[in-house]
Parts: sequence; C-alpha cells; structure tokens
Amino acid sequence: MRHRTHIRDHDTEAAVFGRRVLVAMVVVVAAFVALASNMYHLQVSEHNELQTRSNDNRIKLLPLAPNRGLIYDRNGILLAENTPIYSLDVTPEEIDDLESTLNQLQQLLGFPDSTIERFYRNLKNQRRFNNVPLLDDVNEQQLAIFAAQQHKYPGVSIEARLIRNYPHKELLTHAVGYVAKINRSDVNRLRDSGELANYAASRTIGKLGIEKYYEKDLHGEVGYQSVEVNNRGRAVRTLSIEAPEPGQDIVLELDLELQKKAAELLGEQRGSIILMDATTGGVLAMASTPSYDPNWFVNGISVKQYQSLLNSTQSPLLNRATQGAYPPASTIKPQIGLLGLEDGIITEKTRIWDPGWFEIKGVDRRYRDWLAWGHGWVDVETAITESCDTFYYDLALKLGVDKISSFMGRFGFGEKTGIDIHEEVSALMPSRGWKRARFGQPWYAGETLSVGIGQSYWTATPMQLAVATAMVANKGEHLVPRLLRGKMQDGVFEESLITHREPLTLSNSDNWDIVTRGMRNVNMSQKGTAQSAFKDAPYSSAGKTGTAQVRSLGQEEEYNAEDIAERYRDNAMYVGYAPADEPKVVAVIAIENSLGGGGSIAAPVARKMLDLWHSRFNNEKKQQVKINADN
Amino acid sequence: MLTTEERQRNPLLKKLHIDGPLLLPLMILSVVSLFVIFSAAGQDIAVVQRQSVRIGLSFVVLFVVAQIPPRALSRFAVPAFIAGVLLLVAVLVFGEMGKGAQRWLDIGPMTIQPSEIMKLAMPLMLAWYMNQRPIPPSIYRLFGALVLVIIPTLLIARQPDLGTSLLVACAGIFVIFLAGLSWKLVTAAGICVAAFTPVLWFYLMHDYQRQRVLTFLNPERDPLGAGYHIIQSKIAIGSGGLDGKGWLQGTQSQLEFLPERHTDFIFSVFSEEFGLTGVVLLLALYGFVILRGLVIALQTQDIFSKLLAGSLTLTFFVYVFVNIGMVSGLLPVVGVPLPLISYGGTSMVTLMAGFGMLMSIATHHRLVMKDG
Repeated sequence: MRHRTHIRDHDTEAAVFGRRVLVAMVVVVAAFVALASNMYHLQVSEHNELQTRSNDNRIKLLPLAPNRGLIYDRNGILLAENTPIYSLDVTPEEIDDLESTLNQLQQLLGFPDSTIERFYRNLKNQRRFNNVPLLDDVNEQQLAIFAAQQHKYPGVSIEARLIRNYPHKELLTHAVGYVAKINRSDVNRLRDSGELANYAASRTIGKLGIEKYYEKDLHGEVGYQSVEVNNRGRAVRTLSIEAPEPGQDIVLELDLELQKKAAELLGEQRGSIILMDATTGGVLAMASTPSYDPNWFVNGISVKQYQSLLNSTQSPLLNRATQGAYPPASTIKPQIGLLGLEDGIITEKTRIWDPGWFEIKGVDRRYRDWLAWGHGWVDVETAITESCDTFYYDLALKLGVDKISSFMGRFGFGEKTGIDIHEEVSALMPSRGWKRARFGQPWYAGETLSVGIGQSYWTATPMQLAVATAMVANKGEHLVPRLLRGKMQDGVFEESLITHREPLTLSNSDNWDIVTRGMRNVNMSQKGTAQSAFKDAPYSSAGKTGTAQVRSLGQEEEYNAEDIAERYRDNAMYVGYAPADEPKVVAVIAIENSLGGGGSIAAPVARKMLDLWHSRFNNEKKQQVKINADN
Repeated sequence: MLTTEERQRNPLLKKLHIDGPLLLPLMILSVVSLFVIFSAAGQDIAVVQRQSVRIGLSFVVLFVVAQIPPRALSRFAVPAFIAGVLLLVAVLVFGEMGKGAQRWLDIGPMTIQPSEIMKLAMPLMLAWYMNQRPIPPSIYRLFGALVLVIIPTLLIARQPDLGTSLLVACAGIFVIFLAGLSWKLVTAAGICVAAFTPVLWFYLMHDYQRQRVLTFLNPERDPLGAGYHIIQSKIAIGSGGLDGKGWLQGTQSQLEFLPERHTDFIFSVFSEEFGLTGVVLLLALYGFVILRGLVIALQTQDIFSKLLAGSLTLTFFVYVFVNIGMVSGLLPVVGVPLPLISYGGTSMVTLMAGFGMLMSIATHHRLVMKDG
C-alpha cells in the first residue's frame, strides 16, 4: 500500500493532535460554563418570574355559582324555588366507542333520536374531557334503570344541579317572572356594568318580573375554587375553595290565595285583577290572563313554543296589569268631578238636566248617555253614583282637554306608576299638544266630551287606575305600588319602605268627601251601578264602574254584545276600595271584550275578591312574616 | 500515569477491556435516567422497565465492542461507511414512496436506522482515511475528507433529520479538526459557512425548520404554537430554582405542560425537579465523561485510535451541548436527545457502542505497542 512508503514522525503527529485536543478542551470547558451560567440565569435570576408563570400554568380559578335567593308570598309560601334535577352526562374522552354507547343508552332509557343529534351538536363546542349532558332531565324511572347498570357505562354519569322552579306555574308569571339562560345581550349588559365576573358560573339570569327587577339581590356572589389543572385544562385536584354567597330571599306582598282567586275569577277571559293595600301600596294580587308556564323558559323554550306564545291573538306574554292600556271609561269620573269642583266650574249643588243625550252648540250630533232615557236632574255626586255621561260631557266641555290632561297627570295617568317590575307602559293621557305632535291635527270639541267619560285617546293601565283610585280613597296621598314586602338580609327580615310621590292637595279638602260619597253610593245605594254586586257585603265599600267601548258606534247604531264580533265587545272595568270610611284595600278589575259592562261583569268579580280579602285580612293585626327556613 | 496506576489496581477490569473511570459515570447516568424517566413518563413503571432492558442491552453492546481491538475496528471502517451510505440512499428511495419523513428501513422483522450506523461509520471512516497519510493532512486529502463528510450528511438532512445530520457531520469534522486542519482553513471554512447560511435558509431548509429558527430567536412570537415548547421548557427549568421542586413534584412535567418530556425535553424535567444543584452535578458527570474520553485520546499511541477517540468524545459533547442548549433557549430546537438520559433505544445502543470503542482504545493500546 502506498501510504506505508511515507515516513511518519509519530511524535510530531501526536503533538499536532495533542494541541488540537487542548483547544477542544478549552472549547468544551467554555461551552459548559456557558450552559451553567445560562442555567444560573434561568434558575436563580429569573426564578421568581418563571415560578409565577409556572403557577399561572397550573392553577386555575373555577367559578362556583351561588344559589339563587328564593321568593315567597306574604305568608311564607314558596313562589320560586331551586330544585335539583338530574342530567345524564357523557364524557367523550372516557368512552371508547361513543356511538355504540349512545345506542345502548337509547335502548336502555328510551329517548328519541333527536336527543342524540342534539348531543352531537352540543359536543362540537366542548372539549373532550368535559361532560356533556345527553338527557337534561332524567326522570325517576330512568334514574333507577341507569343506577342499576351504571357500572357498564364508564364515562356516563348522573349529575345533579339546581334549577329554578315555579311551583305555581302560570299563576304568578307576570308578577314573579322567570329566569332563563344568559344570552349575548345579557353578557354585554353585564360587561358594561362590571358585573360579568359575578356571573362566571351562572347559567341563568332574571328575565322578567321580580326575578329581573331584583336580580342583584337574588343572584348572590360568585365563589371560586382554586384547582390544579393539567395542560388540557382538566382539573386534577382542588387547592382551595372560596364558597359562593347565596342570593337574598325575597318576600312579596302577594297573597297566594287572593292570586288564585283572581285567576279563577278571570278564568278564560282576558283581563287583569289587582288588589292593592291602600295604606302601603303593597300589591296583594296582580293577575293577568291568559298567562303561561314560566318553567318553559328556564331550560330554554323551543322556537316553536315561543312563536306560539308570541303570535297568539290572546297575547299571553302581555302583563295586562301594567302593560294593558285600556280606555279607563267611567272609572275616572270621580277624578274629573274633583277637577270640576276644584276649578270652581261646579259646586256640590250644581245640577244639570240629562235628557239622555248631549249636544254641542252648533254641532249637529247627539252625544248619547248610556241610559237612553236620561238620568234627569243630576249633581256631581249622583253623576258618579249613576255614572251619568251627560253631566260629564258638559263638565268636560267646560274644562277643556288640557286642564283635564294636566290634572289627571297629578293622579299618575300618562306616566309609569313605578311598580317594581320593568314590564310597565305609561299608557296615554292625551292633550292638544300631544295630538298636534302625534297626528298634526287640531283637537276637536267632540273628543273632549269623550275624554270626559274616559274614552277617546285616553288609555290607562289597571295599575294606574289602582294608584289613582287609592289617591281618591286616601284624599291625595300618592302611593307607589310595590310587589316587594322585604328581603332576608343575613337571616334578618328587612321590610321594604313605603314610597310616595308628590301628594295632591286640594284647595278645599271637603271636595274629596263629595266624590267619595258618590263612590260609596255606587256600591251601597239603591241607584248605584254596582249596588247589586255589593248587596249585603259584610263590609262597607266604595267604587266606580266603567264600560269602555272598544269600537265607536254609529249615530243610530245599537250596541248588542251578542251580535258583534268578540274583539269589538266592550271592556268591563271596575275600581273600588274598602272599607269605605277607612280604606285598606283597592281593587281594580279589567275584563276585555266581556258580555256585559262594569256593573254586571266587573263589579261582581270585585265583590268576590273583596269578600276573600275581608275574610283573610280584615281585623288582622299587622302580621309578622314567618319563613320556614327549611323551604 | 493514571491509566497505568488504574490498570495495576484493577487487573480484572483490564482483562475485560473495561475502563473503570469511564464506566462509573456511565452507570450513574443510566440510573439517573431511570429515575427521571419514571417521573417524566407519568410514573409509568412499564416505561422504566423497557428502558432498563435497553440500558442492559446497551451495556452488553459496550462490553462486546470493547473486546474488539482498534486495529480490527479500523478494518470495519470502509465497509461500514459504504454500507451506511447505501442504506441511507435506500431510505430516501423508499421514503419517496411513503410520504414525509422516513428514517427507518423495514428489513423483515426488524427495523434499522441507517443514520445511527453512520454515527459510528463516519468517525471510523474519517479516522481511517486521515491515518492513511501523516497528519496534518494535505489540501487534497482535506478535500477528499470533506466529500466523505458531506455525502452522508446531506443524505440524512434530506430525510429530513437535522439533528442527526448535524451530529454525523460533527463526527467527521472533528476528525479533520483533530488531525490538524490549519487555522487558516478553519477561518476560511467559517467564512464559507457564513456565506452558505442564506443558501441554507432559502433553499435547503424546510418550512418547519425555518419556523424553529425564528421561534428560537424569539419564542414569544408564537407562544401557543412553535414557541410553546421552548417557553414551557424555560418555565420548567426556571421554576425549579436552586433546589428543585423534588422528584415527581415538577408541576410543569407532571401536569404535562412540558412537551416531549421523556425524550428531547427530559433535561427540563430534571432541572425542574432537581434544580440548579442537580444540574451542576449532572454537568459534572458529563464533563467527567468528556474529559476521560479526551484523556484516553491523548494517551493512546496510534493516530487512528487518537482521532477516533477524540471524535467520539467530542461528538458526545455536542450531543450534550446541543440538547441542553436547545431546551434552555440557547440554541434552536433540533431533535437531539440528551445522551444516556432520554428515553429511546437506538441512539442509546449507538452511543454505548461508541463508548465500547473508547474502552477498547483505552485498554488495547499497550497491547498494540507490544505487538508492534
């Protein structure tokens, strides 16, 4: 081989190699120093920062939802409760063959294919180790069947959670309201008000009625569980827990028995009944029919079901007590009479002759009284008692619409009563200015006549009528109606305060007595329009009937309820209070498209309500609220 | 001389061709490996058992290779190198058929990884080649040596396996360097590499490799993507602090925030659980192995053995340096395991075979002298 011929100097070659190894050693040492100093930098200099980042990695705060406060009626009966429901949850990560497991569960428990389809839809938005509900509400039979077979289904579990339940279903929907799933607009609102963090674990939020109005009190404070998580976010163990603070329990002024009675009396009719404590403004009953079961909304109402509620000609979603804008009709005659007296246009003694109709000079039209042959000579008191229209046509024409409008404003017409639910409208108290702005048209004298008997454009909610009636009963005291009786604050009952608006003071307070005498006679004199309804009542009372035309009749047209379309029938109205001398309760009845008027339809309903009120409340000392803590 | 004294103390080890000062740190590292793997693999004893079998097998290989005298090793050089290159070509050809990265060849019941063969064939071949003429080599021989280095390096880089091609290239380059490559040429080579970098970047590197480099330069640019590994690794190392979180107590590793925990990133697990104290001790062990290897290279007599021992030792150093450098953010992430600690079989066997050669060189050179 050729290389053997080369002369090799072993020592020289070894020396070359030796020097190179020395260089390599220096490089190796330098490299190790570099590695070690980098490790020192990370593990000593940056230790604190990287330690923090390590903790941020592994420690996650899991929010814990507070238990929502309960809602009771005035006697401590539960109106909204939290009940455990059981859902069948599936954790995909722990299941080998998801499809066959689902099929086996379907055979075992018997649920439709749509359940499985919904499950797969929900699955897409979840991480694999999260449990996804397959069945939302497992019944007892399914629970028993599954419990016996559970060992065969790893990754399938029964989970309990609390869900809002309204045991009285449609009875209190418009007052108590309901909670439903938190949606995007709720999230935005909560973010704007800085409350979003408090809802980190909450699934539902108050959407209507008391549940919405007192959401802050009912919801409570979110708690946190500090857990160690792995890189996929699954909780490995719990490090610490800060318990959530449950929401406050709420007691309402409502009396469940009165509420049941109101719903029973309304029956299939559309309308509203309000009973309000005349001394506090506390709402004892607030019914609106038709209603619906609020429990549908709690777990998410189907689009179909919601559409049927929304599109129903019966408008079940409408809270008629605060959102139903009805012509008040003759129920406001006491207030207009007061204005006449206060303004000096009439006195107690002023009488007019009622032939059964009224004419404006120069206008070829007769405005008819409801009593075709007329009431004869009437003063303001008998005009209230007999509900004489002609007297009020005359009075209204003399007063003019603007004076009426501003005085009625003092009674709260045309503005929200301020009751503690958000579902309220201000209805409408018309005036010249309003009509010009709204229609660009002048006001006609004939319209003033209609306003004089609570018709024309004038609308009022039953709650506004309750407030205005209470003001007459209380001689000007203006109460704000209120559903809340009090809250349980840390185990102590805290009664809510009575709120007032500016009272109405008359120049001559005797004028109150003139109109209240008229109202008393409505119920208690032979000629009163509600006398038959209140015959032999074991208590004194005062009131005013009203029959509102839904459609104006032609000049010679006769009204016959049996003949005309149901939706064109008159509304029957009644307002009243009891006892007559020392008013404790106000009643308002509004029944849409009834077969009779205020006297024949609404007043008997008021009588039955007040009878029940009398048996439950009269002579009763101010009762203590007792709540069974076990509820 | 250390070796003389030692041989006098341990006549049995001499007969078995085992170098005690090298064997001891290797055994300690293997035991450390089992403990760290148990922690990194989620305390799965089966993984530890598999690794124990591999370690045992590796030590058998070490022992067998140590019995082969250096002269016999030099006779393997050319055939091993040629076989290695042919197998690499075969991998590329079959790799074209199956899509994507292919590093293995299925031969009947077993799979072989030709790049691992090349890790040993390369230093053998270069040492043999350099030993054909006196060192330092002439410019022509240098050119020939470079060709020998570049062919397998490119073949492995094409697989693509950047980490292994780097190690294989280093094994060859170290032989050339130790053979006395003139400093002028080292400087010129440095300039060439600098000039070659843009070519590498734009034409030779795969997109994922470019990503790795970019991420290396700034891991936070993609904290949930490419930068995730290195960020989590630095958090693991740094949160370990001076004393570490304790064995099995590393939250980054136990809760699986750390990627590739029992393979490429096992050093991060070790650092998190044993802290800077453990790291310094581990570096000392590695340093001792490297130092011992270089001493063997210095003390052996013939140039082939010197070059082979030096190259094997320095390649081992590159292993350690690149792995620790990459998991601690000093170097870009290239797939290089931590030698003797990371979980995995093939590279372990190759590595131990290399140490077997070192022991052979350490224990045979006197005999060579006597025979010569």
